[in-house]
This record gives sequence, C-alpha cells and structure tokens, in this order.
Amino acid sequence: MAEENPVVTSVRQRFPDAVLGADEFRGQTTILLRKEDLIQVCQFLRDDPDLKFDTLLDVTVVDWLPEEPRFEVVYHLRSLPRQGFLRLKVLADGNDPRVPTVSPVWPTANWHERETFDMFGIIFEGHPNLARILMPDDWQGHPLRKDHPLGYEEVAFTHNAEEIFSRKPRPRE
Amino acid sequence: MSLINQIVDWFKGGSPGANGAQPADAREAELLAQAEMARRMAIQPGVAGEIDPFSQTMIINMGPQHPSTHGVLRLMVELDGERVRNVVADVGYLHTGIEKTMESKPYIKAIPCTDRMSYLGPLHNNLGYVLAVEKLMDVDVPPRAQWARVILCELDRIASHLVFLASNGLDLGAMSVFLYAFREREKIIDIMEMCSGARMMASYFRPGGLAYPLPDGFEDAVQKIVDVMPGALDEYHALLTNNPIWLERTRGIGAISAEDAIRWAATGPVLRATGVKWDLRKDAPYAAYDQVDFDVAVGSQGDCYDRYLVRMEEMRQSVRIIQQGLKKLPPGPHITDNRKVAPPPKEELAVSMESLIHHFKIWTEGIKPPPGEVYAAVEAPRGELGFYVVSDGTARGRRIHMRSPSFVHLQMMPVFGQGALVADLVAIIASLDPVLGEVDR
Repeated sequence: MAEENPVVTSVRQRFPDAVLGADEFRGQTTILLRKEDLIQVCQFLRDDPDLKFDTLLDVTVVDWLPEEPRFEVVYHLRSLPRQGFLRLKVLADGNDPRVPTVSPVWPTANWHERETFDMFGIIFEGHPNLARILMPDDWQGHPLRKDHPLGYEEVAFTHNAEEIFSRKPRPRE
Repeated sequence: MSLINQIVDWFKGGSPGANGAQPADAREAELLAQAEMARRMAIQPGVAGEIDPFSQTMIINMGPQHPSTHGVLRLMVELDGERVRNVVADVGYLHTGIEKTMESKPYIKAIPCTDRMSYLGPLHNNLGYVLAVEKLMDVDVPPRAQWARVILCELDRIASHLVFLASNGLDLGAMSVFLYAFREREKIIDIMEMCSGARMMASYFRPGGLAYPLPDGFEDAVQKIVDVMPGALDEYHALLTNNPIWLERTRGIGAISAEDAIRWAATGPVLRATGVKWDLRKDAPYAAYDQVDFDVAVGSQGDCYDRYLVRMEEMRQSVRIIQQGLKKLPPGPHITDNRKVAPPPKEELAVSMESLIHHFKIWTEGIKPPPGEVYAAVEAPRGELGFYVVSDGTARGRRIHMRSPSFVHLQMMPVFGQGALVADLVAIIASLDPVLGEVDR
C-alpha cells in the first residue's frame, strides 16, 4: 500500500492539504500534489535530512487528451544518499496549462522545463527563460501534444514525383 | 528604415514596433521580423544569466558545424580577449521527433528508434527501453539473456569510451590515439554484427530477452577482446596519461565541485569524477549486475583529466565484468516463454495452433502492457539514461520519454566554461562526450 510508504507519510504529515493522492506501481511511488504547494513540497523533499531528494532527474508531461485536466506534469526525483526514487505529479488544465517552476529548487530543471514548454506548451510560471529549445523559434504548435499531427512522407513515383517535390518545404530565398 | 536602424532603435530602448509604429508595408514587417531574429540571436539568455549585447566583450558562435562540437552543437561564447565570460549551449539542430515517432508505433517496433538516440551506445538505449517495457508487463527474463545483456552492454561501454578517447585525443591534437582506439573498437563492432547483423544500430534486445540466440563462436570472439583489452589500455595510458601536453590541456580544466554536479543532476563519469560514488549498476542494479563484482571508478578533482581517468578505469572494470559474464553465462532459452510478451519460436508455428495465434496477435496488434507508468534507468556510457513509459492499456505507448545524460550535461556548459580559455572549451566538450542525437532526440 502506498499509504505506508515513509516518504508519502512524511509529506502528508508536513503538508496535510498538499497531497491529493499517492500510488505505488511496480515498486515506484507516485505522489499527486496540489499545484500551489509544489515548490514548498519540493524544498522539503530536497532539504529534509531523512528524505534528501537531491537530484531532479527529469521533468516531463503526459497528455491525456480527451480528459480534463488534460496534462500531468511529472517530476522524477532521486536521492543519492538514500538511493531513493520518487515521482511527483501535478495536474494542469488543458486550456491554460500553468505550473510553477521548480528551477529555484533544482537549477537543472531549467532545460527540462524549456523542453516541456516546447513540446507541450506548458507555461512554467517564474521560469528565467521560457523559450523553445529543440524546435525552431518560429514553429507553430507544440509537437508532442496528442492533437498535433504526426506527419508522414509521401512515396514518390514517376507519375506524381514532381507534384510531391513541388509541395516540399524549401529554404527561404 | 534600415535593418541596422531597427536594431539600434531596439538597443536604445523598447522592442521594435513597441512605440506605437505599425509596420507600414510588407517590407517593413519583414525588417521587423529580421530585427526580432537578430535580437534573439544576440541575446540567447543562458542558465547563468544573459549575454549582454552592450558590453565590450565579443560574442562568437562555436558551431553548429565546428569539428570539435561532436555533431551539431552550437555554443554562444562571450569572450573577453581569450577568456570565456559566459558560454551558452544552443541545441535542437538534430531534433528528429523520436519521442513522437515512438508513441506512434507498437512497443516492439519502437525499439529501433532507441538506437538512433545515442548512436555510440545503442545497446544501452535498447536496454533502457526494454527494461521499462518489461517492468510495465512484469515479465521475468531468463538468466542467459540477462548475462548476455551484461556482456554486450559492457562491450558497448568499452566501444563508446574508445570513441570518447579517440575523439578527445583528436580534439586536443593527439592524432595517434584515434587510430589505436578505433583498432579495438572495430573488433567490438564486429561482435555486434555477429549478434544482430548490424554494426551500430543493433536493436538486439527485446522485451523478455534477446531478439535472436547468441551466435556460434560468440564466447570465443568476446574472449579475444578480453585478452587484448588490458594490453591496449596500457598502450593508451602510455600515450596520454603522463603526456605533459595532455596534462597541460586537461588537468584543472573544467573542474566542478560535487555539490554543483548534484545540483545540476550530472550523472555518469561527470559525477563520478567529482568523487561521488554513484553508479546505477551498483546502486540500482538491473539485468545481472547484482551478481557481478566490480569497483566503481571515482575521481577527486572533477576536471577533464579526472573524467578521462574515470573512463579509462571504467573500461578496465568492464573487462572484469565481461570475464565474469563469460564464466557465468548459463545455457538456456534466450527469451522468455511468456507468449503475451515474446513471439513463439518459428518451429512451433507449424505444429501448434495456439502458437500461431500468439504469433499473429503479437505482430498485428502488438503487446499490450497493463495501464501504468514506469521509469527504468540504465548506467549508459554517458550517465543515467532513463526511459519513462506510460501505458494506457493499448498497444502503443501513451508517453515515451527519455532522460538523456548528454542533455543535462550540456546545460551545465556555463558551470564548466566560465573563466576558461577558448581552447579549453574544446577540451571541456570532449570530456563531456555529448552525443547530439541523444540531446535532441
């Protein structure tokens, strides 16, 4: 049971309102947090001598398209001294996805959050430089969203090759 | 209004067009767009502050086509004379949408995409992804496959570190190391070809085991490498380790503290070079790593020289692991007999109706893990390579995300590079050993 996990218990004790849910799947613990308390909980997780989640491995998003709230922002934490692993989640609304940035807590979040913004359009409030990182600056849309088309390459034959090549993008003159 | 005037106006204050002036015609709009572009080029704010266009320093681009940037990495370098004030990496030139592609494919057919990420350590990419899918489906992997994974991954690590050694030497002007390192790497690549048919993009692991049984003569071929490797390592050491030019170029260059490394989530040799003893093979073992005996190589200074030494020592330890693997490689099946995960062997199809159905289901529908999410990480040659796979119960991953070590390390460029000389930047990039395919995915 996830409720018996010591990490979940200590977060619950410290922030009784912040934890919306906890789950354990294949030995990995997930805590669903309220968006407003994210920063305080992260600071607590990093600084508490019994928890010491000193490394933020990753920030990413899962897009559950027809459902609402649509986005789950996922944080993977690791504790080097305790060899612990923890997953945090906050929910973000599909129309105006906003989440506070954790880059003051772990500076490594900077690029991960930029990537998440680039790919999903999540706005990380307070981020020092929320610009596109992987896609070109003038790209329209956020490619990893489930409603962004995948795109494909048409197969060219002699009878339609010219038409296909004429539609391909080429560098601006 | 000329483009220069536009930029000058913007420098004086306000952004182009902000003082109420609407673009008069299309030409003007284009100029505005160009000025905006120029602004973005000039001020690419970095993690450690912005590059200031007013200062008396010089801003130059290193890359994206610079030979020392290991691919298409672009560095914006702010120089004060020869000294680097600030350096910001600009990535994304090799973005190929691997995550999107993988999310559109059934789980097994997504495996070849993982090879294309870090093309110098393809088997680690395969393994990370396959471990995540296995964890989702909760399957047991037969011991022969586990040990084969250990042996092949360590060979992969040696091959990757040899490329590090070769390119690092080349970047710093030591041409001959390149030739020596590629001599041994070629033999390892031949083994990959023996196993999978492909020299680099092996795609050899499958959920539940290996794609094919290990080939005849595999153990002898690996044994040959194990025999020559220690001597070859001594040769590399003789070429570089006490070479005064090498020491001059690497010792004390790009040094970081252990606190910084942890704050910025560095992993792998970059973290271990600062003295932190952290290795996923020891601390969160996967495959058969819990049964092997090896030492974790650590440094103390966190500079380029220590990162080089850590990698050299890791190669020696890899040889040790492979020796143990060869001794313990048990006979048995190469893939699980769980028919929901792995297709049945070909010869069963002719005699068993049930096998035929399983075969058909796996290759038409694909495997279907239960809903859930897992994060599986391997100690890749460059650091922690993590795969986050979310299943919604269908045959395609809802979300497949990679945590790539090179991405995180390039973010640290200001930490490494501030105060260094331009020539040191080359040494720093080489010592991080980034693979841009993995950074941009």
